[in-house]
Amino acid sequence: MARAAVPGRLRARRAWRPAVLLERRTESPSARTLVLGVDAWAGHLPGQHIDVRLTAEDGYQTARSYSLAAPAAGDRLEITVQRADGGEVSPFLTDELGVGDRVEVRGPLGGWFVWRPADPGPVLLVAGGSGVVPLMAMIRARAGVSRAPFRLIYSVRTPDDRIYAAELRRRAADDGGLDVAYVYTREAPAGGSRPPGRIGADDLVVHGWPPDFEPACYVCGPTPLVEAVAGLLVGWGHHPERIRTERFGGS
Amino acid sequence: MSVFTRGFHGRRRDDDGRLPPGQYLTDDFPVLSAGPTPQVSLDHWAFAVRTESGVERAWSWAELTALPSETVTVDIHCVTRWTKLETQWRGVSLDTLLDDVETAADFALVHSYGGYTTNLPLDDLLDGQAWVAFEYDGESLAPEHGGPARLLVPHLYFWKSAKWVRGLDLLLQDEPGFWEQLGYHDYGDPWREQRYQGD
Amino acid sequence: MTQTETTGPYDGNALAGPLSEVFALEVTAALARCRGCGQSAPVATLVVYGPEPGLVGRCPGCSDVLLRVVRTPDAVWLDLGGISALRFAVPT
Repeated sequence: MARAAVPGRLRARRAWRPAVLLERRTESPSARTLVLGVDAWAGHLPGQHIDVRLTAEDGYQTARSYSLAAPAAGDRLEITVQRADGGEVSPFLTDELGVGDRVEVRGPLGGWFVWRPADPGPVLLVAGGSGVVPLMAMIRARAGVSRAPFRLIYSVRTPDDRIYAAELRRRAADDGGLDVAYVYTREAPAGGSRPPGRIGADDLVVHGWPPDFEPACYVCGPTPLVEAVAGLLVGWGHHPERIRTERFGGS
Repeated sequence: MSVFTRGFHGRRRDDDGRLPPGQYLTDDFPVLSAGPTPQVSLDHWAFAVRTESGVERAWSWAELTALPSETVTVDIHCVTRWTKLETQWRGVSLDTLLDDVETAADFALVHSYGGYTTNLPLDDLLDGQAWVAFEYDGESLAPEHGGPARLLVPHLYFWKSAKWVRGLDLLLQDEPGFWEQLGYHDYGDPWREQRYQGD
Repeated sequence: MTQTETTGPYDGNALAGPLSEVFALEVTAALARCRGCGQSAPVATLVVYGPEPGLVGRCPGCSDVLLRVVRTPDAVWLDLGGISALRFAVPT
């Protein structure tokens, strides 16, 4: 579907619009969810993102892209921001933007890296670090709406770095159609069976869907992880056209 | 009409007179690129100057590094607003390379491995204003910063200091390079804040 | 206009916002055919460098530049010269 995946007034979709911070939540030591209020938000699909623009008093402007973390809920949008040390914007958003403060947003953006609840097939989600955010939007959108079986493989450095851990545990426990597996790259929990290390073919085989299930695959996170995982999936036999990727850059 | 975000400042812009307008001071050395880092073997590396009449003169790596070189300490200003003070480079002056070139050209189009180009007046490459630099901060120039060698023209915005330089064409008429084709300034003087066409 | 919190390269998903100023249709799902190698790929899969001094989208197959975007204070500059065809799906 060509038009922005969700119909809406064209002028509203393309323009920068004011947004007010309604609520903040801590998700991990370095990640915060920001709930933004945007008048007359026309909705969005899971996987889409918004651009957030900040303007300083002297007129200096800068913008960043953030994946929407949750399905559309009236005028409320949720993004989850990971603080990048030395970043110009993310530390400001995680540490300083206060409830009632305003930013500008543009979106929803991105019509390719989306999951539509009407899609029936199994879904494999592979996340690295903050790449879990758009995949969480898909998991939250699925709840109560779709029976498509979902498997999430979430790669993080240490258990403390997991975002949405409690909610993912609850959702996986409540719903037999959702499985969540963690891959730790630096430090694994005591008693775990997998030593820390980067995600590899074995992790995909153990926790993913085999190619003959023809799942829709969504891979999101740092560029090196996304490229490695996409390569492993293709090497395993998944069709490249069933794999959708979003690279966040960085290491 | 933008919405101002309370408390947001962006990068601090200290004004101590060494910063051109709109710049901020950085301690690190950001890497910006339009493409993958080219892999260039020194055995095949060459720097070629071609005049408007098609006469070409080229130097191999051995020939370039055998030429007299200078160590210079300069401030560099990126159009993306960062300035780095007192950077140290070693390279061969363009005065040396262009010394006996016969040309009526007023302009140069600089070419890099990987396809990047940038244009500037020939005069701005002469009189101690430009080098083919192969060392930064006392060490061989790293590939991410343009190694084996880059052009260094510090009096202009740093996009003119083409990384992975491979040569230049001397032209009678100015011809826009990679970023100049897409709205960046043909000259690029940081002190007159010439970032974009029309500035 | 922007620097980033991470280093690139990114992918064509990052083009959605900047190109939304220019295209009426959502562009990341469009298929772009590379003038150099002839391969077609969704714009979302281009290898993207930038966003400063500009966005450069390269063919995921052969690395040729397919598109470039620069946002100045009063203009959007767009070069699509590396794309020989763009296909937007249109609902029937």
